[in-house]
Amino acid sequence: MSDVITVNASGLSCPQPVMLTKKALSNLSSGKVEVLVDTATSRNNVSRFAENKGWSVNVEELENGGYKLILEK
Amino acid sequence: MDKTLTSKHGPWIAGGLIGLIAVALTHFGNPGNMGFCVACFTRDIAGALGFHRAGVVQYIRPEIPGFILGSFLSSLLFREYSPRGGSSPAVRFGLGVFAMLGALVFLGCPWRAYLRVSGGDWNALYGVGGLIVGIFIGILFLWNGFSLGAAEKNPKFAGLIMPLIAVSLLAFLFLAPKFGENAPIFFSEKGPGSQHAPVLMALAAGLIVGWLAQRSRFCTVGAIRDFLMMGDGHLLKGIIAFMITAFAANYFLGTFKPGFENQPVAHSDQLWNFLGMVLSGLAFTLAGGCPGRQLIMAGEGDSDAGIFVLGMLAGAAIAHNFSAASSGAGIGAMGMHVTIIGLIFCGFVGILSRDRG
Repeated sequence: MSDVITVNASGLSCPQPVMLTKKALSNLSSGKVEVLVDTATSRNNVSRFAENKGWSVNVEELENGGYKLILEK
Repeated sequence: MDKTLTSKHGPWIAGGLIGLIAVALTHFGNPGNMGFCVACFTRDIAGALGFHRAGVVQYIRPEIPGFILGSFLSSLLFREYSPRGGSSPAVRFGLGVFAMLGALVFLGCPWRAYLRVSGGDWNALYGVGGLIVGIFIGILFLWNGFSLGAAEKNPKFAGLIMPLIAVSLLAFLFLAPKFGENAPIFFSEKGPGSQHAPVLMALAAGLIVGWLAQRSRFCTVGAIRDFLMMGDGHLLKGIIAFMITAFAANYFLGTFKPGFENQPVAHSDQLWNFLGMVLSGLAFTLAGGCPGRQLIMAGEGDSDAGIFVLGMLAGAAIAHNFSAASSGAGIGAMGMHVTIIGLIFCGFVGILSRDRG
């Protein structure tokens, strides 16, 4: 799969960012997923979840605040 | 130090320290098993401001503004201050009201529920059981698409409102102003409101816990939620460490008193201990975190969490003005009514609030 899937979890309360990420990753054995979040807490929670599932995580800080997490496997 | 607190070890280190600090506050004057109780302390603040007139529970607990300001300073220092808001604020206010009403039927927020167990108050086991069931009901709503919608970035000033309220509360505590005939800040002369650790010690404890919890994301509801939902024990370790150190400190100081009878600020009506905490646990889960966590997020600039906290303040006034709060003698005349109304309210919120398909 070469398409990048984007998950917009910006502004959502716990645990929704992790739930949406989990849903996006559930049918993928490999690929690239971008997750948008607005807080450091969500950044850490989504990163921890994805890393535990064997995905590599790169974090980009966005100009308007918030983060783009690039998950790859 | 910061790397450790934000690592996978953060929650249990923070939880362990918070358990010790809690028992120390009790040792130095706070009511029994009430080293930290966000619900009780917010209720005491509501009383001090005259929002209710229950004379035995009126005091400006410095731990609460301490949590907010500790988190505020920590979030500034570590560049995590992030003014945001706009995710169903009125619903969150209602959730705050009912979270408080449920907590005051049980007599404690989740923090105090764990502390009560750590002090040997077995009545609180029913409360913790109710908390777990309430959180599980919240999880069912989440699995079915529950969401209060996305918050948006706010102007910088918007995030300062809760820290400013915290500073105002401290000013009221230290200056004890009189606003007119019969319009003072109220301070209990007897009862739980009169029992407190030295002011500066309690404030320092609040600031330290605000910082620890802001860095580690310590959350007494998220801990159980994440474990039940995803088998993720990250935050749960925080609660286990919190209870272990609190138990050890109680044991060492001779304040571990196992049993059901004669427990401090507690009653033995187990059905309502259980159901009060079902309501509270559900309301906290729908709002995204425990009351301590709401204070921490409010300090980080989250106005939605701020609105939830103000809802708790209003809920405390309602609980005492409308005879819904429990006491050592048992539940209040309206305790059952508000619990049932709260469960219905949360049910509607859980079913009707959904953001995306």
